[in-house]
Amino acid sequence: MDILFKVLIDPFLQMGAMPDLFVQTIWDGFVTGVLYALIALGFVLIFKASGVFNFAQGIMVVFAGLTLVGLYEMGLPAPLALLVTLGVMFVLALAIERVVLRPLVNQPDIILFMATFGITYFLIGLGELIFGGNPKQMITDQLFLPRGAIEVKMLGGFVQFQKIDIAAAVIAVVMIVALAVFFQKTRIGRALRAVADSHKAALSVGISLNQIWVIVWFTAGIVALVTGIMWGARSDVSFGLQVIALKALPVLILGGFTSVPGAIVGGLIIGIGEKLGEFYWGPLVGGGIESWLAYCIALGFLLFRPQGLFGDKIIERI
Amino acid sequence: MSSRLKGLGLAASVLASSLMLGAPQVVAQESIYVPLFTYRTGPFAGSGIPIADGMHDYLQMLNERDGGIGGVKIALDECETGYDTKKGLECYDAVKPKNPVMVNPWSTGISLSLIPKASVDKIPVLSMAYGLSASARGDVFPWVFNPPATYWDGLAMIIRYLGTESGGLEKLKGKKIGYIYFDGGFGKEPIPLFEQMAKEMGFELKLYPVPPGEMQNQSSQWLSVRRDRPDFMVMYGWGAMNPTAIKEAVKINYPMDKFVSIWWPGENDINGTEGAKGFKMLNWHGIGTDYPALKDIQKLVVDKGLSKSPKEKVGELLYNRGVYNAILIAEGIAQAQKITGKKVVDGSDVRRGLENINLDEARFKAIGLPAFAGNLQLTCKDHNGHRAAFIQQWDGAKWVKITDFIEPMPEKVKPALDEAAKEYGEKNAGWPKRSEACDKS
Repeated sequence: MDILFKVLIDPFLQMGAMPDLFVQTIWDGFVTGVLYALIALGFVLIFKASGVFNFAQGIMVVFAGLTLVGLYEMGLPAPLALLVTLGVMFVLALAIERVVLRPLVNQPDIILFMATFGITYFLIGLGELIFGGNPKQMITDQLFLPRGAIEVKMLGGFVQFQKIDIAAAVIAVVMIVALAVFFQKTRIGRALRAVADSHKAALSVGISLNQIWVIVWFTAGIVALVTGIMWGARSDVSFGLQVIALKALPVLILGGFTSVPGAIVGGLIIGIGEKLGEFYWGPLVGGGIESWLAYCIALGFLLFRPQGLFGDKIIERI
Repeated sequence: MSSRLKGLGLAASVLASSLMLGAPQVVAQESIYVPLFTYRTGPFAGSGIPIADGMHDYLQMLNERDGGIGGVKIALDECETGYDTKKGLECYDAVKPKNPVMVNPWSTGISLSLIPKASVDKIPVLSMAYGLSASARGDVFPWVFNPPATYWDGLAMIIRYLGTESGGLEKLKGKKIGYIYFDGGFGKEPIPLFEQMAKEMGFELKLYPVPPGEMQNQSSQWLSVRRDRPDFMVMYGWGAMNPTAIKEAVKINYPMDKFVSIWWPGENDINGTEGAKGFKMLNWHGIGTDYPALKDIQKLVVDKGLSKSPKEKVGELLYNRGVYNAILIAEGIAQAQKITGKKVVDGSDVRRGLENINLDEARFKAIGLPAFAGNLQLTCKDHNGHRAAFIQQWDGAKWVKITDFIEPMPEKVKPALDEAAKEYGEKNAGWPKRSEACDKS
């Protein structure tokens, strides 16, 4: 009975007893979820357009962040470093399309997936060769990102909102809206959606697959840069971030591999879910459950919706 | 979708297992082969790089300045482990045919895996201030060395310091001490002693494990700290965990002068973190380049382009930690040459050499590192030394030593070590009794 009380009742009593901490946990989970969603967004964009599960998205986050800080350390002013980093991500997209994707057209998905492993190890090596393996501090001030915290007294305690977290949430929302407008309202966006629906149909109406792939990989590169800046500002830009990027996997399982809203909602569910789980239920099993709880949440959803929350239901005739 | 994902998973495993090491290099006959297990890549590179540089540069300096040790060149070889036990074992298999005189795993996980192999392959394991605490018992683990202090000694010193801060050890009764740790072999190592101390001294212990994949995502742990309000926080962290923990502690306004770490954070982990002033940690050796041997490193190794370290990083805390490790390597080899009369020594000789290390004030001065660290004498029975360490504090720009050397608590640590060594023998059926003779020191 004691264990049932601890699992089913006590966490909720704690939430009621310390509501400020409950709000703080939700906020921390929300911000983490937003960042997970950004990473997942990079995966979704590429999966939609090319059917490739891009394992390299995590290292793209690290590589973009490292390039930005590395260029700044080499003496470029921050805004210029930012522009050059965008240029590097564009060149990377171009190179991936020319060197990796184009020669592998019509190959099975698994071959393309393996190719993204190759891209991962190439970027790890390239990043370490140019910028070294040491973690780097994000150039928060130089990018005019806010520092410090706002403490709001509420519910008999206080809730702390880090300014960088608020900025991360705002930037993520702006980015998602911009992507939505890009997809819905522009010619290229419509072409992207056409490619996502059917490569062959898109080709038949004169859409250039190669061009679309470059645009999509570049867009994923921009998303990676924003994620690298935001997560780098919260901790450091280090190769450890690529491990966190794997948290996008349960987000994708939950939200569906092809859905932008799914990536966002999935990210938030995983982010908030794992923080609540770790904070209220973690102590019951000695803590440290965050790393696998996300997968449990995603698997729980899978039982009921195998295609994810917003993913396309695939029905194939046998 | 599931079969597709299965396929992807299988492909990932195949790729991971295909990451093999390079072919072994040929080691010159008239040299002593010392492989260095390092990690210059991955999430632990921030800690691994300066240590790798310090180890390499000191031994390289001996090659340049003295022609090696006892006139025999040291054949240096680095193997990248990424702090991954599996890769560490691959490194071990790669270097074993080249007759290394010892291995330095630089990971508690790798050390634990190598302990059973050491006596079979006759290759000593030197796990400097990390690894299995119980391996301090030379009579049970004749091939394993972990000087100058075990993780349990480190914990005892921290608790003693916290006692002093509170007005006496007895004043810890009723206090709450939080322990944030890397949720792997290293971080779990001191928990049994911590729990025992909590019981005996009457303080409450709160555990905050940080899973390896969440090192840069610690907000939950620190939110729990905010809820529990421990009187002190103790940290055993490594790699990307340390800077993130310091930042998160600042974020929740945890008083930094109540936050004490074991000896692993470096300048990189804290420099530039606003609000980190006051953070404390254990250390046992000098920082900076104001030593003749460090000057020689700068002149003969760094300036000649033989080092991977930027010049300004020479002398930093973890760089000098690497130097200390290299001193132990060199002393073990030098002692082995002295005992056996051989110039080119092997693993069995160096095991004896390590058991006869005697780094006193005069010896530190003779090797160009006067007053670099406290005396260290290892024996046949004691492979650790259980040496004292001091507390240093971050003043916003550099580390400042704030205490004298704090002795560990042998009355608590020794029985626990004895018990752990006994348990290890019982759990590993057929653990051999020491058959190696002891040298007269």
